[in-house]
Amino acid sequence: MNAQQLPQGLGAARYIGQRVLRKEDPRLLTGRGQFVDDISLPGMLHCAFARSAIARGNILNIDTSAARDMPGVHAVYTQADLAHFNAQMLSFFLLPPEVEMTPLASDRVCYVGEPLALVVADSRALAEDAASLIEVEYAELDPVVTLADARNGPPIHPGTSDNIAAEMGDEELDDDLAATLNGAAHLVTQKVVHQRISQAPMETRGVVASRDGNEELTLWITCQSPHMIARWVSQSLGLPQTAIRVIAKDVGGSFGLKNHPWKEEVSVILAALLFGRPLKWIEDRYEALTASNQCREAEMTLQAAFDAEGHLLASHGDYACNNGANPQGPDNNIAVHMFVWGAYKMPAYAFLTRGYYTNTNGLAAYRGPWAIESLIRETLLDRAARKIGIDPVEIRRRNLVTLKDQPSVSSMGIPREDITPAECMEKLLHHFDLAAFRKEQAAARAEGRYLGFGLATYIEPTGSAGSMPVMTGELAQIRIEPTGKVTATMSTHSQGHGTATTMAQIIADRLGVAYEDVTVFEGDSARGGFSPGAAGSRQGVIGGGAAISAADLLAAKVKTVAAHLLNASAETITIDGGTVHVTGAPEMSRSLGEIAAIAYGEPDRLPPGCESGLEVQHRYQPPPMTFTSAAHACVVEVDADTGFVKILRWISSEDCGTVINPAVVEGQISGGLAQAIGMVLLEEMPFDARGNPLSATFKDYLLPAISDIPEFEFVPANTPSQALGGMRGVGEGGAIIGPPTLVNAIADALIPFGELPEPLALPLTPTKLLSVIEGRDLAAHSAPAPVVVAAAAPATEPAPAAAAPAGEVRVDGAWDMVLKTPMGPQGMVVTFAVDGNAISGRFDSPEGSQDFIGGTLEVNRVRFDLKVEKPMKITLKYDLQFDGDSLSGKCKMGMFGSAKVSGTRKV
Amino acid sequence: MSEHRVNLTINGRGHAATVEARMSLGDYLRDEAGYTGVHLGCEHGVCGACTVIVDGRAVRSCLMLAVQADGSEVTTAEGLADGDGTLHPVQQVMREEHALQCGFCTPGILMTLAALTGGQEKADEATLMNSLSGHICRCTGYQGIRRAARRLAADSGQ
Ligand code: FES
Ligand code: FES
Repeated sequence: MNAQQLPQGLGAARYIGQRVLRKEDPRLLTGRGQFVDDISLPGMLHCAFARSAIARGNILNIDTSAARDMPGVHAVYTQADLAHFNAQMLSFFLLPPEVEMTPLASDRVCYVGEPLALVVADSRALAEDAASLIEVEYAELDPVVTLADARNGPPIHPGTSDNIAAEMGDEELDDDLAATLNGAAHLVTQKVVHQRISQAPMETRGVVASRDGNEELTLWITCQSPHMIARWVSQSLGLPQTAIRVIAKDVGGSFGLKNHPWKEEVSVILAALLFGRPLKWIEDRYEALTASNQCREAEMTLQAAFDAEGHLLASHGDYACNNGANPQGPDNNIAVHMFVWGAYKMPAYAFLTRGYYTNTNGLAAYRGPWAIESLIRETLLDRAARKIGIDPVEIRRRNLVTLKDQPSVSSMGIPREDITPAECMEKLLHHFDLAAFRKEQAAARAEGRYLGFGLATYIEPTGSAGSMPVMTGELAQIRIEPTGKVTATMSTHSQGHGTATTMAQIIADRLGVAYEDVTVFEGDSARGGFSPGAAGSRQGVIGGGAAISAADLLAAKVKTVAAHLLNASAETITIDGGTVHVTGAPEMSRSLGEIAAIAYGEPDRLPPGCESGLEVQHRYQPPPMTFTSAAHACVVEVDADTGFVKILRWISSEDCGTVINPAVVEGQISGGLAQAIGMVLLEEMPFDARGNPLSATFKDYLLPAISDIPEFEFVPANTPSQALGGMRGVGEGGAIIGPPTLVNAIADALIPFGELPEPLALPLTPTKLLSVIEGRDLAAHSAPAPVVVAAAAPATEPAPAAAAPAGEVRVDGAWDMVLKTPMGPQGMVVTFAVDGNAISGRFDSPEGSQDFIGGTLEVNRVRFDLKVEKPMKITLKYDLQFDGDSLSGKCKMGMFGSAKVSGTRKV
Repeated sequence: MSEHRVNLTINGRGHAATVEARMSLGDYLRDEAGYTGVHLGCEHGVCGACTVIVDGRAVRSCLMLAVQADGSEVTTAEGLADGDGTLHPVQQVMREEHALQCGFCTPGILMTLAALTGGQEKADEATLMNSLSGHICRCTGYQGIRRAARRLAADSGQ
């Protein structure tokens, strides 16, 4: 591996910056990982929940007798059994909720899937069987499901006067701001309706709880930081005297969902304290999709005023998000407004922001929870550019804050010292020839293919610490063992982040030992110290800083000890490859193991006052916030027949500071981008009017597969941050910048058909895009659609010269025609009527008859559209060549592709 | 609930057990035989995490009953590497290409790739990509998985 020069005087690096193989992989690749469901304890029993079947109502009675009587069932608990623990549900910031919330529902239910009772049985299957025997009587009330319901409906929580969970900003627009907005050369308004998303980590939630005597509790739980869980549970249960140990060695993804325990985990913990035997609960996917917390459902309107040249003048944002019934903290997502114009020269901004309670699953975090700010701003900018008549690149060039504009403070008070979105964009455009693409796009359009280019820029606050209670520094404890091998205990935690790898890279470099000789331990609250773990793109920045400073302290100690033992001065000592060298005296080299053995075993030989052993710890406190900047671009093709989007290219130009391991950094960005693509094109968690979740399986909730995700190209644009080591966080960015990049590309592709519908409602399904292409609302199932719709003549497609017919052309009359569908050939009789160049006619088949109009005749070529309603809404595009008494051609059948058509004149 | 005797070979070792008729092969492998490298991501046949090799073919063990595997030879992720710890070529390539993050989807992907590249007939790249579209990975964005599959196809000369 090549040594590279690190920023900030970190010196030569052998491992930092390299695609080092991950420490985590050998166990994960051989099936030896340890996820929560892999834990089995002697005497362990299994749990399942009975859940509310209604979204809102009062509980009249819960009958658990049949469940209790089932063989193999040990206990059935309701809130009445757990109430005496007084367990307090808490937010991520360890604050109690403002509305009453208990682990199991007590006298009312407020969302479908809310846990009502917990069954303890010999097996998960038996526990589920018994849970299904629990009968609940409700007095059902009309639920409040949508944001509109929440604004107008009755308050869902007793003791509140409305459904507003959290609110900030002004309802009244300031006069000056209003005057600027209304008096500007251009006022552009963008509205986004963001669908509800399920975080959907591949490992569902789960916990194993074991009461060890009266004063100890051990939890294995899938989470984002075992330290955070221990702190949360101890405060929630008020059990400071109980030693709580939390173990989470491997976690199958989290993305914000597993920040802290929720009702089910707390119920299992309480049941384990009550029952006295170890209990396990593993959520199944049905529960994960329908009863877990969810995220992202929000509406936002952003207005932005521009002068005649496209410079930003002022803006106003109005945001509302659905908190569900029991959010993990009431949330109005203030970060949306803090960062919406953070990277831009925006003189004035005001906002109104609200979170509403509804009878739906609670809101929890998801990768870049404030991401709608980038989606709405970047899509607004593209629309503004089209309106003003400038290029999407140009509108950003005119408004982005460049390095020359810093230091400065945004209109929302965000200090900007080293953000580089403008520089990232220029580097991206150096890599991507936009002018060449525009030519290609024009040529493609002439062939009826619709390519689009999307661009987005953003900044992201990462590695924040010191301003919010649980957002602390990170701790590194490093020791050189008496053997000379290095072990480190970190407060970081990996749910796939590979922190055991990246931290080992840093430690190996800073100590001068081989990467193979460093082992990093994390995932156990009994080791190391507090950190919230993976939250807010922080571990590389802060954990990395902790690893650097602790390793440097330890290296200094080794040098002091070695200098004393070898009778040299500390400045002449270097450590390299696990060996301690004295400059100019190679014969005096000693292995680290030899020095370590003395440091532990022969304290008398150490310098006076020197603590024995080679162990150091350091908690690194970074700058309050470290910004990551990026520009992304993608190229798509939208199929005008099917509405399907194919992503042809995706380029990321990201300033993430010092890169510890490019494979890990690219992995984080790629994973976020895949989630972004899912949000724009596929994923959706809808509810019906009664508050029933409608996506209960992975057949309903569509996650992106390998075939949906393109290859990502990475353009380096790194500048070191001011944090120790120069890192910037990358955990969330892909999920933030991905959506606007893709939406802008789709909008660009469809320009020949007009703007995307307002509001911009995700996901952009093929039906929605086809509606733009065909100029009618294909999603309006309930509206009785006319059987015959005049087909728009395919004017955008230049007609290729029709082949000269060999024989006479006579289209008029009846034809026997066969359509070769994927389901087999279908016969029909088609009768054409010709009037000049206009064609109309009628289809007759065993399934029924249908008329069509609006077709065209050019020489011997006949083209027409047949819009059918059954078995589904689809437009069949016929393109036929007539030759004497025969015809041939094809029929494009929407997403089903083309089918061959042949026919003969009916005699 | 009816109980049934089953005999099967898992990773080269014989197993005899009595199982309930409704027990899935995935649950049996994890909970009874102890092969927790079999991961259950959805238990309804979509995510692919539970994939194991049964008599040479990749199978979703959440959709197969343990009783149906009576008399079969089953391989799980634990059974891929050599006895001396040398990784199977599929494992090695996945490691080198950073094709995993949390590792939850990984065993299923390994088993599909191993089944398609391990037999007499080696799958080409298109076949591998098609098969991988039946595996959901929420972490990686599939970049390393795609690179790994390409290399496996190239190594098999397809
Ligand atoms: S667990 Fe079998 S396919 Fe998901
Ligand atoms: S690596 Fe986490 S789901 Fe694939």
